[in-house]
Amino acid sequence: MEEQISKIKEVALEEIKMATNAKELDDVRVKYLGKKGELTSILRGMGSLSPEERPIIGSKVNEARDELESMIKDGEEKFAKLELERKLKEERIDITLPSTKVKRGSKHPLNRIIEEVEDLFVSMGYDVVTGPELETDEYCFERLNLPKGHPARDMQDSFYITSEYLLRTQTSAVQARTMMANDEKSPIRVICPGKTYRRDDDATHSHQFNQVEGLVVDKNISLADLKGTLEVFVRKLLGENLELRFRPSYFPFTEPSYEVDVSCFKCGGKGCNLCKHTGWIEVLGSGIVHPNVLKMGGYDPEVYSGFAFGTGLDRLAMFKYGITDIRLLYQNDVRFLKQFDKLDR
Amino acid sequence: MKLSTNFVKDYIDIDVDVKTLAEDMTRVGNEYDEAGKLVDATKLVIGEVKECKMHPDSDHLHVCKVDIGSEVLNIVCGAPNVREGLKVIVALDGAVLPGVTVKAGGIVEHDDKPRVIKRGAIRGQESNGMLCSLLELGIEHKYVDEVDKTGIHELPADAPVGEDAIKYLQMDDEVVDFDLTANRGDLLSILGMAYELGAIYDKKVKDIDLSHSENSEDINDSFKVEVNTENCSIFLARKVKNIHIHESPIFIKNRLIASGIRPINNVVDISNYVMLETGQPLHFYDADTLNGKIEVRMATEGEKLYTLDGKERTLSSEDIVISDGEKAIGLAGVMGGLDTEITDKTKNVLIEAAIFDGVKIRKTSKEILRSEASSRFEKGLDPNRTYMAIERACKLLEEYADGEVVGGTAKYDNSNLANREIEITFKKINDVLGMVIAKKDVLDVFRRLEFDVIIDGKKSDFTETEKDLENVEKIIVSVPRRRGDVSIKEDLIEEVGRIYGVDNIVGRLPEMPMKAGSYDKVTRGIRNKMVDLGLNETLSYILVNDKEAKYFTKDDTELVKLLDPMSEDRNTLRHSILPSLLKIYEYNKARSNKDVSVFEIGKAFYKKGDEYGEANKIAALMTGDFYLGVDNRKQVDFYVIKGIVEELLDYLGYERRYSFVIREGQMPEELHPGQSALISVNNDIVGLIGRVHPSLEKEAVYVFEIDLDKLLSKKVGKMKYKEVSKFPSVKKDLAVVVDRDVTSEEVATLIKKAAGSNLSKIDVFDVYTGKGIEENKKSIAYSLTFERMDRTLTDEEINNSLAKIIEMLEKKIGAELRK
Repeated sequence: MEEQISKIKEVALEEIKMATNAKELDDVRVKYLGKKGELTSILRGMGSLSPEERPIIGSKVNEARDELESMIKDGEEKFAKLELERKLKEERIDITLPSTKVKRGSKHPLNRIIEEVEDLFVSMGYDVVTGPELETDEYCFERLNLPKGHPARDMQDSFYITSEYLLRTQTSAVQARTMMANDEKSPIRVICPGKTYRRDDDATHSHQFNQVEGLVVDKNISLADLKGTLEVFVRKLLGENLELRFRPSYFPFTEPSYEVDVSCFKCGGKGCNLCKHTGWIEVLGSGIVHPNVLKMGGYDPEVYSGFAFGTGLDRLAMFKYGITDIRLLYQNDVRFLKQFDKLDR
Repeated sequence: MKLSTNFVKDYIDIDVDVKTLAEDMTRVGNEYDEAGKLVDATKLVIGEVKECKMHPDSDHLHVCKVDIGSEVLNIVCGAPNVREGLKVIVALDGAVLPGVTVKAGGIVEHDDKPRVIKRGAIRGQESNGMLCSLLELGIEHKYVDEVDKTGIHELPADAPVGEDAIKYLQMDDEVVDFDLTANRGDLLSILGMAYELGAIYDKKVKDIDLSHSENSEDINDSFKVEVNTENCSIFLARKVKNIHIHESPIFIKNRLIASGIRPINNVVDISNYVMLETGQPLHFYDADTLNGKIEVRMATEGEKLYTLDGKERTLSSEDIVISDGEKAIGLAGVMGGLDTEITDKTKNVLIEAAIFDGVKIRKTSKEILRSEASSRFEKGLDPNRTYMAIERACKLLEEYADGEVVGGTAKYDNSNLANREIEITFKKINDVLGMVIAKKDVLDVFRRLEFDVIIDGKKSDFTETEKDLENVEKIIVSVPRRRGDVSIKEDLIEEVGRIYGVDNIVGRLPEMPMKAGSYDKVTRGIRNKMVDLGLNETLSYILVNDKEAKYFTKDDTELVKLLDPMSEDRNTLRHSILPSLLKIYEYNKARSNKDVSVFEIGKAFYKKGDEYGEANKIAALMTGDFYLGVDNRKQVDFYVIKGIVEELLDYLGYERRYSFVIREGQMPEELHPGQSALISVNNDIVGLIGRVHPSLEKEAVYVFEIDLDKLLSKKVGKMKYKEVSKFPSVKKDLAVVVDRDVTSEEVATLIKKAAGSNLSKIDVFDVYTGKGIEENKKSIAYSLTFERMDRTLTDEEINNSLAKIIEMLEKKIGAELRK
């Protein structure tokens, strides 16, 4: 009997070895270990054995079964692996074929810049405010210390609708509105991005363009605060290692006033075409809020001081994205627009 | 303002090259456009034409022998005025001249590259240089006389042969063309420039020479000045007799040219020269045309005057005029009258030096002529200079026009000549600039500017040490009237910042309480959603033409037109963003960009009665193929753009609160009548949607526009999680045949009504007309989802619901179940 078991095992092991695929292996399993399999039959026939023989034969059969099962399992794994390899090979594709696009839209480059500027200043506690584009002479000029007949009005050739209404020439118009709207006359920290309009049209000027205005009013605001703030602004937007230069200038609504030059981000200040070989590029107008403007806004200039700054966003967008003609920003060719669907990093 | 450096050196001892000067001025706030030599040329000498013969092979060229001192050169010259004995400007071999070519009639062509003169042969004749006109030296056309326009420059007979021609002509000047800020009217004068340079280079400004003799007469015996308007603060008049009119001396001419003013004759030139020096415009009258009186007053409405350009002007009560007591003889500060102007025959001159109100001058000059004079009045003048200028003019007329200065000055003076005193503390200066400046450094700035400083009631001699100033907090700065821009503390702080410099300020962030900033999240969200939906954002011009401006709006608002448009195509503000988007579509179409799906968030404008207003809107335009999803490109139709609108409205929280409706009489004509709708939220129209009318756009172009102000004013609740059912749902399809006029919405409404709360979702999955369906009928197939939150629905319940639905549809709209 024991011999018979050994024999069966030997033959079965040989058959397992011979099996060339999962099906043949399974046939071997059924033949020996299946319900009617040879080893199973021996177990079933154990009833006819003596009580002494039973445990001996039983353990022999179990031993043989375990060994066979383990061998079959190994074989199955081997065939599964082979099968997987075959399948993977079969499923190989041409990865150079075009993809299935998941195309989305894009934001206009100017709004990308505006959002970036907004995010930066919001992170520093500023509120983003807006104002009308169809503005009154009062807010666009008079409340900014530019009375009618003031020679500095020549700096901005305006689109008038009536003698009182015009398209705003500067986002500074929002300064007065913000101060007036603040009933408690509490400290102010705002930026106002938006469209502005002047009678001007060529490769570097558009009659419609975008500015962002910044205004901070509190006790003890100084030029140093302005400088620090603009350093953060310019470096975040245009490059971390840039230097700023404050050049005295004149704006009726600030005193003292400064134009801010930034060291040329193309040549690093050595001199190139972009900076007209000066090493500097003018990017901002700024200054300490004129006491008349504070007064007209309801803030006591003896108690409060503030700074204001403004910059043209079109130029910043052009610098940032290497756009050479301002008109591209307003033609809205879809081949242009679609390019602005990438993350700014 | 063009600054002649030779001119300013009369008043300040400086020796810096012109580029450095320009950069140093820029650093203190005075930007420039250009800085360089008046004549940027080399190797120009004075020559004498010794022999001049016609060129054998030309009907206009001459072959000349020109003595240049060291040798005699053979030079071919085409100028008609070249002749033996003439002293000329010779450009030698290797001379570099400005890139200018002079054509027949003195027409000048400019080239960026300089012109190099080379020895050579012209039609076989040796030529070793060129004889020049002033045009070829780069002097502008408007400044040269007829001789130089048609031929070569003729030097005086005593010009020394062989010497440097530029030096001889006193054209060895360097010029900076400043782009001055509007507040620095004081820099529109050589003296003002001298003070500014003096502050930069720490030099004192020299006195101007006002010395002249005068006769024993008194102008006040024969002449009266009367001022009858508050718009003239000072008016001075002096008389100079027996003047001789001729060409100005060379230095006056060249300094005027360098400063951008055309020389005329000695008398006219002197008035301009003095204006350049002092900043005070002068007006010269032919004294013999006046009748002993000058009155300054406002013009009467409709008053007429012939100005010296020969035009008849009709004046208004806003114009300041000079009158002889009877009639207007000049527009004050803007333009003189024809009858009283200086002519070649003028013998006696009346000099006017006055200050007129800048705002009035600005207004008048804007209509008539903006001149060197009017721009100076606009920016404000120093009355001390008015006195200075009239004396200076007398001096120069005496010296360069052989005039006899009549004694006395006829005057009206209501001006303030005294310095302006401004009190300031050192602390204030430091507080505003945000740095600490030594007190003596602050005083030093005012010393350099030639301002006086009063400490404890005593004028400072600027020798105080920092220790002397230890207990001084407050000072008074006494600012001369010439600096009209310095009138308050902050102006003084600016001066300190300018002259001391602010490069050393260490930047810091304002110390303010921490708080979260805020921004318009909704607009940002809308933009993000539209981009997610696959549209490209545009940013278009708000100016359109008056025909398009009201496209897609059907209301009683009026056009908002510009008073002074740049072009007729952009003369009106848009009432809708869609005309701008249509322009963008046209632009893209012309470039074969067929698939255009764009949106814009922006303003639209209107006028209602006397009120102007603006609204925030979102608009989109879609045409061609649109990408809907993977493997799903679709030609844009009404339903695609409707899907965009629904997705946006759902996103904004208006789910189930909107509908697309047709309102007779309210549909804009620019939309296709059969493929358009108004967008209604809470039964209020907030926008429109549809295909652009084929008469406007042949291709299938779809648009929508929503008034965001109107939409967003409708409140929505906070987004909240809604529980999902734990029990299985059952889907049933139902296709019904209905009349073609019945809308899907009507059917759906009936289905919902019949099914009650067990029906959780209803979708249309097919609409069919054609074979198997009667004409005038259509089949709509719905997918119905039944579901309850509290239990599983039984088959029986669902079948009951279906039966009720069918019954309702049959009864109400005669629908049949599609077999």
